[in-house]
Amino acid sequence: MRNVFLFIRRHFNFLFFLVLQIMALSFLFRYNKFHEAIFMNASTEVTGRVNEKYNNIEYYFQLKKTNEALVRENLRLHQLMKENYEAPDSSKRLILDTVRYDSARTRLKYNIMEAKVVGSSTFLQNNYLTIHRGSSGQVRPNMGVIGPQGIVGTVLNVSENFATVMSLLHRQYSVVVKLKNGGERGAIEWDGLNPLFVTLKDIPKSAKVAKGDTILTSQISSKFPANIMVGTVYEIVPDNSSNFYTLKVRPATNFFNIEYVYVIDNLQYDEQKRIEDSTRKKIQ
Amino acid sequence: MSELLKNSIRFVLFILVQVFILFKMPPLHRFITPYLYFLFVLWLPFNMSRTSLILVGFIFGLSLDYFSKTPGLHAAACTLIAYVRPFIIGLLISQEGADKNYISPSITSMGWAPYITYTLVLTFLHHTYLVLLEWMSFGSFIYFLGKVIASTAVSFLLILLTELLFYRKQKFRTNTI
Repeated sequence: MRNVFLFIRRHFNFLFFLVLQIMALSFLFRYNKFHEAIFMNASTEVTGRVNEKYNNIEYYFQLKKTNEALVRENLRLHQLMKENYEAPDSSKRLILDTVRYDSARTRLKYNIMEAKVVGSSTFLQNNYLTIHRGSSGQVRPNMGVIGPQGIVGTVLNVSENFATVMSLLHRQYSVVVKLKNGGERGAIEWDGLNPLFVTLKDIPKSAKVAKGDTILTSQISSKFPANIMVGTVYEIVPDNSSNFYTLKVRPATNFFNIEYVYVIDNLQYDEQKRIEDSTRKKIQ
Repeated sequence: MSELLKNSIRFVLFILVQVFILFKMPPLHRFITPYLYFLFVLWLPFNMSRTSLILVGFIFGLSLDYFSKTPGLHAAACTLIAYVRPFIIGLLISQEGADKNYISPSITSMGWAPYITYTLVLTFLHHTYLVLLEWMSFGSFIYFLGKVIASTAVSFLLILLTELLFYRKQKFRTNTI
């Protein structure tokens, strides 16, 4: 026992170093695995405040008034888009004698909320944005986030006033998209190499693809409304061994100077998730 | 100004510079991430005990991590250089008793060549570990090597600029033992 204490005293610095090192690494890998860390919620609140202070100064240079007006305008236009609504099943209602409901009325499926970006990164392999709208502003995890130019990412973690968004430039991010021309679906991912390009996989070779083709969101990815801009095909990577294309895509969103985003709340997301999960259970 | 206050101000300033200037810059090349923040660890006083050096390094790295949303990444690298620092200083100190007569490592206290070696070795170590952690599943060795070397070069340039712009006067103290 005495020797153990002597050993600890003698190598205290090295052991202390090891302990802190293990602590740091466990933070790092637990976080990557479960997308959450013990302190992340509280720290988002603190770093968010600092980011916000900085953004207040920086924002002055970005033409405050014009920007705000444009965002409001955009928001209004987005709300009017027909993809936000879905028609009720009108064939059922036709048998009613007196129409109590306006059968042409549509129901809101996506609610759009604007949020200011107060922090962002593009230099790592896993990049996040911090937005100034949290649980008090009806943001919940798994909501989609789009920018004025195209999709941005998915909400990952929410504190009271801030939320962190897993950006398209994150190695674990994946979203289902489609080609505008043919409608073939594939998944967008990022390989962590160049923040200017992402990769689109799983498009069958039967599809017609050309450089510069537009890629849009698909309603399959229940987080985004259909037909939101994702990016354009920059290069078709030749790969003869596979039946699927690998496409190098230039994202429409400029992640370096994004100031405002829209958080998309799919009002039927929970319902859809529930029925999908229960279906999976039934098969098992 | 007391050393504690000076270093506390540096702590905040280095984090702010790293987060709001260097991280905000559009990337020059995919190999290059400019890092300067760890200069704080390099500038800590000579007379700090090794345990507190490691602890300060860890806390410093962790506070940067919370801004970049990568808990543990920079903390691990900072702890490593804080641990290795005393060995390197022990090897490189050329002037007799410089670690007693001066407060912290600088060009004046250590001399040009030893100080540059000291920063280069620790910068390289810091970047190697950081990129290795970032790329635990890295596929191409060229990417790893390229990123380490390019980032080290850029960081070293930044450190040199900082040293020249913010020249730290160091008083020669006698009767310190």
